[in-house]
Amino acid sequence: MEKLLGEFSIGLFFWQTVLFLALLFLLRKFAWKPILNAVNEREEGIKNALDEAENARKEMQNLNADNERILKEARAQRDELLKEAREMKENIISEAKGEAQIQANKVVEQAQATIQAEKQAAITDLKNQVAELSVGIAEKVVRGELSDKNKQIKLVEEMLKEVTIS
Amino acid sequence: MQLILSNDYYLGNMQRKNLVKALTLLLLVFAFSAKAQHETTVEEHGDKDIKTTIKEYIQHHLQDSYDFSLTSYTNDNGEHVYIGAPLPVVLIDGGLQVFSSSKFHHGETVAEVGENYYKVYHGKIYKTDAAGTINLDDHHHPTNAKPLDFSITKNVAVIFLVGLLMFFLFRGLANSYAKNNGIATGSGRFFEPIILYIRDDIAIPNIGEEKYKKYMPYLLTVFFFIWIINMLGLTPIGVNVTNSISVTVALALITFLITNFTGTKDYWLHIFDPLGSSMPWIAKIPLYIILIPIEVLGIFIKPFSLLIRLYANIKAGHIVLMSLIGLMFIFKSWLGSPLSFGLAFAISLIELLVALLQAYIFTMLSALYFGFASETHEHAEEHKGEIEHL
Repeated sequence: MEKLLGEFSIGLFFWQTVLFLALLFLLRKFAWKPILNAVNEREEGIKNALDEAENARKEMQNLNADNERILKEARAQRDELLKEAREMKENIISEAKGEAQIQANKVVEQAQATIQAEKQAAITDLKNQVAELSVGIAEKVVRGELSDKNKQIKLVEEMLKEVTIS
Repeated sequence: MQLILSNDYYLGNMQRKNLVKALTLLLLVFAFSAKAQHETTVEEHGDKDIKTTIKEYIQHHLQDSYDFSLTSYTNDNGEHVYIGAPLPVVLIDGGLQVFSSSKFHHGETVAEVGENYYKVYHGKIYKTDAAGTINLDDHHHPTNAKPLDFSITKNVAVIFLVGLLMFFLFRGLANSYAKNNGIATGSGRFFEPIILYIRDDIAIPNIGEEKYKKYMPYLLTVFFFIWIINMLGLTPIGVNVTNSISVTVALALITFLITNFTGTKDYWLHIFDPLGSSMPWIAKIPLYIILIPIEVLGIFIKPFSLLIRLYANIKAGHIVLMSLIGLMFIFKSWLGSPLSFGLAFAISLIELLVALLQAYIFTMLSALYFGFASETHEHAEEHKGEIEHL
């Protein structure tokens, strides 16, 4: 202890105190405060930037979700539209088909009716002609047969004979 | 110059087999040039026992001095030649006396200033007569008058230089932040993590988020001051500032003053009423007869431990290092000298760590004391809990 006190130099103590305090105040004013402020500001800046990035990310997420939703809706709408169109097409086709069927049936019916009528007419006509022809032929035959007296008698006889037999 | 001298010496006085040792010495001279050179100079005297000279040299190295001498040697005429610069001596002895330390001729002569005569004896200035007589008492202490000594000694000069260095270093660092948008450049890349470490791992945990800011300038200054000055002590310039008790007293005193002047009500309450409302006042009286003196003593012991720790660690480190270097000259053998060299090298590496560690411990403990001083939470509650627990 005595040795320690012996080593103690008041001059060195004085200068150390003075110089150190001067250094402390100078550094505090010109170095530590600017440095710590700069570091703090930077840290704040980084924190803010991170927060902003997080916010932006969330916003992006929201936007994405919106986009997704809109896309989904659009897709649904499109599907619906397509479905409707398809249905409409099918309806139109089926309607058209029905119409056509009806039309066709009508035409066929008319045609058949016409054909029937024509056939009837043709048959009637044919009958008339056949009757006419038959009459003509019969007239001619009778005329030929009846041109000769013998033949007329003979015919009568034959006819009578036939009548007898039957 | 010195290298040649030592080689001449070894080759001249010893046999060729000592060449290796001379080479070892050369290595040593490179590693610890200033220190080693002093050893050889001392050895050249030849009239003293080598152990004594080494011991004296170590003593001398640990002392402050009035001039900034890097090394010295004896020239061909047998005169001591010092390489370095004299420093101003400032004495208060019936008025201010300022003169150059060159007047002492490195303690060898009496300095005549006006009508007064001064002589350096064991590193201190004493007032003497014209012949420089030092009167010793029974305990070999001089009885001469000691003028108040405010000299710019080697240590003061180093403190001043370190202050300048720190100021420009950290001022530059602060400017680099301003210039570069809050991002450090250059040496700031090295210092910024240290500053942040002191803030985040020393100041904030010990003092608390709200109050640490006002202590930061002191903690940073004291950390870098002690660290840089400890590191300088390991260079061959051979300065030893933190192993002067005056310096550590000054540092610890500032910690002490800051602690007690920023002490909150709770801090003082903790000292003078440590038990608080945990028990009736009548029961506290017998306890307080013991507790209060202990607490009051604690106020002083805390900074005292700071100053002794720093002083003793650095001083011990220097003594060990210097003794190991000195051992090389005592052994003068194939085995001993390289071993001492290796040990000295290892110790210097450890000393590098100690330089940082002591700065860290001083800062850390200062922060801890500031934390005690600035705490505001309820002690009574805490102590109540402690007592109930018991």
